[in-house]
Amino acid sequence: MSSPPQERTANPARSLLAKFDLTDMQSGVWLVLLAVMAVGWILAGPNFVGGGNLTNIAVRAVPLGIVAMGQTLVILGGSLDLSVAYLISVVAVLSAFVMDGDPANIPLAIAVGLAVGVGVGLVNGLLVTKGRANPLIATLGTGLVMKGLLSSRFAAQTGSAPREFQLLGYGRVWGFMPLSILLLLAVFAIAWWLTRGTRFGSHLYAVGGSKEIARLSGVRDDRVIIGAHVWCSLTAAMTGLFLVARLGAGAPWIGPDGIYDLESIAAVVVGGTALLGGRGGVPGTLAGALLLAVLDNMFNALQVDGFLKSVLRGVIIIAAVASYALRSKRKDVDIA
Amino acid sequence: MSRVTSAAESPRPAGDEPLLKLAGISKSFREVEVLRDVVLECPPGEVHAIVGENGAGKSTLVKVVAGAHQPDRGTMTLDGRAVSFHHPRQAQAAGVSIIYQEFNLLTDRTVAQNIFLGREPTRGPLIDRRRLEEDTVALLEQLNVSGSISPRAKISDLSVAQQQIVEIAKALSFDAQILIMDEPTASLAPPEVEALFEIVRQLRERGMLIFYVSHRLKEIFALADRVTVLKDGDQVATTDIGSLTPDSIVRLMVGRELSDYFPELAAPDDIGEVRLRVRGGSNQHISDIDLELRAGEIVGLAGLEGSGRTEVAEAIFGVEPFETGTIELDGEQVSIRRPRQAVDHRIGFVTEDRKTQGLVLPRSVLENTLLPLRTLSGHDRREREAVHEVAEGSTLTMQLAERVDLRAASLDQEVRFLSGGNQQKVVFAKWLASDAWVLLFDEPTRGIDVGAKAGIHDLMRGLAKRGAAVLMVSSELPEVIGMSDRIVVMSHGRIAGELEAGASEADIMLLATGQSNGDGPDVRHPAEEVAAAKTAQEDQAAETAEATADSELSEVTSNPHDDQMGHDPGEVSG
Amino acid sequence: MSDTTKPADEGRVPQRQQPAASRLDRFGGHALEHLKASAPILAVLIVIFAAIIYLNPAFLDPPVFLAFLRRAAPLMILAAGQVFVIVSGGFDLSVGSLITVTVVVAAAITEGDPDALIPVMMLVLLIGVLVGMVNGVVTTMLKVPSIITTLGMLLILRGAVFYWTGGSPTGALADNFRQFGREAFDLPVIGQLPYAAIIVIAVAWIATRLLHRTAFGHQLLATGGGARAAQLTGVNITRVRIIAFVLSALSAVIAGILLAGFAGVSAQVGQGYEFRAISAVVLGGAAIGGGRGSVVATVIGALTLEALFMLLNLLGLPQPLRESVQGVIIIGAVVYAGLRLQRSGG
Repeated sequence: MSSPPQERTANPARSLLAKFDLTDMQSGVWLVLLAVMAVGWILAGPNFVGGGNLTNIAVRAVPLGIVAMGQTLVILGGSLDLSVAYLISVVAVLSAFVMDGDPANIPLAIAVGLAVGVGVGLVNGLLVTKGRANPLIATLGTGLVMKGLLSSRFAAQTGSAPREFQLLGYGRVWGFMPLSILLLLAVFAIAWWLTRGTRFGSHLYAVGGSKEIARLSGVRDDRVIIGAHVWCSLTAAMTGLFLVARLGAGAPWIGPDGIYDLESIAAVVVGGTALLGGRGGVPGTLAGALLLAVLDNMFNALQVDGFLKSVLRGVIIIAAVASYALRSKRKDVDIA
Repeated sequence: MSRVTSAAESPRPAGDEPLLKLAGISKSFREVEVLRDVVLECPPGEVHAIVGENGAGKSTLVKVVAGAHQPDRGTMTLDGRAVSFHHPRQAQAAGVSIIYQEFNLLTDRTVAQNIFLGREPTRGPLIDRRRLEEDTVALLEQLNVSGSISPRAKISDLSVAQQQIVEIAKALSFDAQILIMDEPTASLAPPEVEALFEIVRQLRERGMLIFYVSHRLKEIFALADRVTVLKDGDQVATTDIGSLTPDSIVRLMVGRELSDYFPELAAPDDIGEVRLRVRGGSNQHISDIDLELRAGEIVGLAGLEGSGRTEVAEAIFGVEPFETGTIELDGEQVSIRRPRQAVDHRIGFVTEDRKTQGLVLPRSVLENTLLPLRTLSGHDRREREAVHEVAEGSTLTMQLAERVDLRAASLDQEVRFLSGGNQQKVVFAKWLASDAWVLLFDEPTRGIDVGAKAGIHDLMRGLAKRGAAVLMVSSELPEVIGMSDRIVVMSHGRIAGELEAGASEADIMLLATGQSNGDGPDVRHPAEEVAAAKTAQEDQAAETAEATADSELSEVTSNPHDDQMGHDPGEVSG
Repeated sequence: MSDTTKPADEGRVPQRQQPAASRLDRFGGHALEHLKASAPILAVLIVIFAAIIYLNPAFLDPPVFLAFLRRAAPLMILAAGQVFVIVSGGFDLSVGSLITVTVVVAAAITEGDPDALIPVMMLVLLIGVLVGMVNGVVTTMLKVPSIITTLGMLLILRGAVFYWTGGSPTGALADNFRQFGREAFDLPVIGQLPYAAIIVIAVAWIATRLLHRTAFGHQLLATGGGARAAQLTGVNITRVRIIAFVLSALSAVIAGILLAGFAGVSAQVGQGYEFRAISAVVLGGAAIGGGRGSVVATVIGALTLEALFMLLNLLGLPQPLRESVQGVIIIGAVVYAGLRLQRSGG
C-alpha cells in the first residue's frame, strides 16, 4: 500500500541520483566489462582480446550465463534459488544416463532433463508461496534433498553423451560461431522476452517491487513467483544438459563444483539487479556472467593460482554488492 | 443535530438519477462506531467535498465507497443498481477509483506499466507495447499532460504532482465514474494545485463524480459543488457549497463534545527548573530552535503538518541531530549525536509510529519494558534501577505495568498481540523503567481509541507531576490545548511563537500560518473573535485539526485488536 | 476503575506465569520459557532416541552414548553460535569453511609439536574473531546482505585453504590439540566423560546466559525483532550484530578444534557444516528473519539432527541420503513455522 514516492521524488537532486544509480548499475556493468578487458589486454597482451580468446571467454560464460538467466527472474520477483547447483548435477547425470551413448535417446534425455527442471521449479515455487517458507531455506532444503539422492545413486561419472549431442558443446556454425554461444543467446533472448515482452514479466517486476500494489492491481503474485521458479529450474536443467554435452558424460559433482548457486546469484547482483526484487534485468546479468568469465580467463592468462582465484572472486562479489548497497537509498537491505 | 439533506437543494441535480446513493451506512471498528447512518445521493458531474475533524469518519466513508471497508449496515446503489464491494478491485471494476495520499505506484516501473498493471493489452503471448503506450498517451491526452509525461517515464523520475496525474490516468483507464481523492494537494506546490484543479473540473465536465477529501477549506470553496461535513462519525450536514461560509463549515466541524477529558494543568508550584534547553538548534529540516522544557511542565509543540515539529523531537533525541546549536540538560551542555546518547542522558522518545519505531513486536512486554535499561552501562543501569527500589526485572515491570494500567495476559505476552492503547502503555513503561526525565511525545494518542486516550493523557500528566519535563508534538489542537502548560508553535521549520496555557485554536493557527509573532496581546482573542480570526485562517485551522484524521482511522482499521478500555482518570496521576 | 468492554482474552493485571522463578529472570528469560521453546524439538528427539534404543539397545550404554555425544558436539556448538546471527536477522554461511581453516591452520603450524598448543589456540581464535568481524562489518556498515557476505567469505576461506595447502593439507595435529575432541575423563560410574561433552555443556551454558540473560542478548533479540525500534531505544544495533557474527565465528573455531580430534586433517573437513548448523537452528524453532530463538532449543535441534543421522544409519539408509532427509526436515520445519505464524495472525 505504501510506496514512498513523495520522499523519493520530492527532491529533484535525489531522483536524479536514483536515475544515475540505475543507469550506472545496468549499463555500467557493461562499461566495467570493457574496462576489465582493457586491463586484461594491458596485463596479458593483445591476444587477450583476440577473436580466439573472446570466443573462449564467451564459451566459458555459457553454463553460468544460462542458469543466471533463470536466477535473474527469481530474484526480480523477490525470491532466491539455492538449489540450482544440485539440480544441474541431477539433470546432467539423469540425461547422460538416459542417453547412454545412443543418439536415438537424445530427445528423451532432453525431455527428462527439462521435466525434472519443471518439477523442481514447481516444488520450490509452491514451498515459497503456498508453504510460506523462506526462499533461502526452502531451496536450500530442496538442494539438499537432490544432493542426497544424487550421491546415494551415483558416485562416478554416469552414462555418456553421443557425439551428436556433444555438438552442442563443441559444434560451430558458419565455421566460427560456437553453437554453445548461440544457446546462451537463445536463452537470453527468451529471458529478455519473458521479462520485457510478456504480462508475466511485467507482473514479476510488480510483485518484486511491491506485493501489495501488485495484488491490488489483480496480479496473482503466487503464480508469478511459481512461474519464475519453474523458469529458473528450467535454465538450471539446460545448464545441466549443456555440461553433459561439454563433458560427454554426467558427473554428479558438476553443479556444486561450479558453485552455480552462488555464482549465479553473483552474476545477477553484479549485473545490477536488486536482491530484494523489482529492479534490474537480464542484460545486466549477461554482462555479469561475462564479467566473471573474463576475470576467470584473465586470472588464467596471468597464471593466477586456481584457488587464489576463488578468493579473489569472493572479494569481487562482496565488493560489487557493497558498492551497490551503499549507493542505493533503500534502508532495509540487510535481511537474508 | 441538524442534517441538511441533499437532493432538494442540490444546485445541479444534473442527472435524473443519482449516480451514487448511500443509505444508512454505518461502520464500527471493535465496537467503536466510526460512521453512523450516512445518507448521500450524488449526481454525476459533481465535486463533492468531504470534510470533518480528526477522526470524524471521512476516511472510513470513502473507503467504504471504494470497497476497502465493508459497511456494517446500510446499502449502496451505483447507477441504480445495488452494489456491495468486498475488495477494492470490485469497486474499481464497477467504476469507483480511489487515490490515496500514499500512491499505489511502482516506483521502478514506467507510467504505462503502472497504469495497465494487471490489464496489459496483449497480442498473442506478448504485451502489445505499442497499444500499451498509445492507450497511455490517449489517457494522458485527456488530462492534457501528454506533452509533459511520457508513457515510458519511470515513476521515480516524476514529480509528486505528475505521479498524482498518473494515478488519475489510471482511474480513467478503468472508466471510473466515481473518483475519490484523499488529500490530493497535501504535498503539492500552489501552481501544481491549480493544475490539479483544472483537471478535476474537466473530469466533472465529463460527468464524473468526484469525492474530494480535504482539510483545506479554500480549495473546497474553489472546487466543490456540495459539501458533506462529518463529526465523530455523524453526518452533520450535506449541502450546497453556496449555502455555507468557511465559518459555518468550521462551526459544523468543530465543537467537541464534552466527553473529552483532560487532566488538570500544572499549578505554578509544580513547575521547576529548566531541565532541557536548546539554543540555536538547526539542521537541514529546522532552524534556530530555542526551546526550554522545565521540570513538571508539559509543553505542546503545535504547527501544520511538515512544519518541523517531529524533526525537533528527533533532533533532540539524536535521530537526526542538530548540526549547529547547543543542548543543555540541567544546565550542563551535552552532545547528543545518536539515540543511544539521548537514552544515556535520560531522554525518552515516544515515537509516532509505535509498531516500527517504538516496540519490538515479537518480544514480550517484559523485554520491551526493560530494553532501554539494558542498553545502559552497568553503572548507569544500577543507578537508575535504584530509583525503582526493586532490583528485580519482572517485579519492576509488574510495578510499571500497574502504574500505566497495562492490560496484558502476562508480562511474557508478545506486544504485537496487544491493542494500540496497551502498546502505547508499554512504550510508556519502557521510559519509566529507564527513569527518563525529559520525555518527548510524538502524537502520543494517534491511532488510539477514545477510551484509551484519556488514560494516556493522565499518564503524561502524572509523569510531569513527578518532575519530568515533557514535550508533546500533536496535530490535534484540542489535545494541544487541553494538555499543554505552554504551547510552542512552529512554522516552516522555525519556532513561530509561544503561547500560554489556555490559548485558543485560533491563537495557535495564527502563529502556525505565520500571521503573528505570538508575543503581542492581539493573538489572544476573546471567544467571539475566534470566528472572525478564522475567516482569514480557516483553511489552515481545519488543516491542522484534520491533518491526521486519516492515518488515525486507518490505524484503527489495521488494528482490530484495539480494545475499548475502561479507565479511571484519578488513579494514575494521583 | 470503570469497566467498559474488556476483551475476555486480556486479564486485568498482568500476571507473571511463574512468579516463583523470578530471581533468575532479570533479563527476560527463564527455565519455563526454554522448556516451552524446546518442547516440540525435545519431543522429536525423544521419539528418535526411542527408535534408536529399540533398534540398538546398546545405545544406552554410557560409552556408546557418550561416543555419540562426542560426535554430535561440534554441530551443537556450531549451532549455538549460528543462532546468535539468525536471531539478529542474518545468516552465517561461512562457518563450515572456517572449521576447515581452523583444522588446516592448526595442523600446518603445529606440525605435531605439543608445545605449540597455546599459541595455536590463540591464533585460530584470533582468526575466528577476525573473520567474524569482517562478516559483521561488511554486513552492517557496507550493507551487504549477510547471505552474500558470508557466502563470499566461504569462497574466500575455502580458496585460501586450497591455495595455501595446494588442496592436500600437510602437517599433523599434536595429541594435546586433539585431546579436546578425542579424550575423556575416566569416571567411576559412567566410565568415560568426553571432554567434548563438557565443552558442549559449557558453551551451551555460556551461550544461553549470553542470549537470554545478558543485556547484550536482550539487545540482540530486540535488534532482530525490530531494528528501528531497538535503535530508537538506545541499542547500538551495528555493534550487537557484529558481535553476533564474531560469536558465530568463534563457535566455528571451537567446533573445528573438537572436530580435529577425530576427523583428521583435510580440506573438506568442515564442508556442509554451515547448512547443518542452520538446519539445527531452524529445527530449534528460531525465526528466520530474526527476533525469536532459543539457544537451548537450537542445541537440542543439533542433537536431534545428529541422532536422526544415527537412526538413519541404523535403518541401513545409505549415508548420502542423510542429506536428503535433512533437506526434507528443514523444509518441513520452516513451512511449519511459516504456516503457524500465519495462523496466529502475525
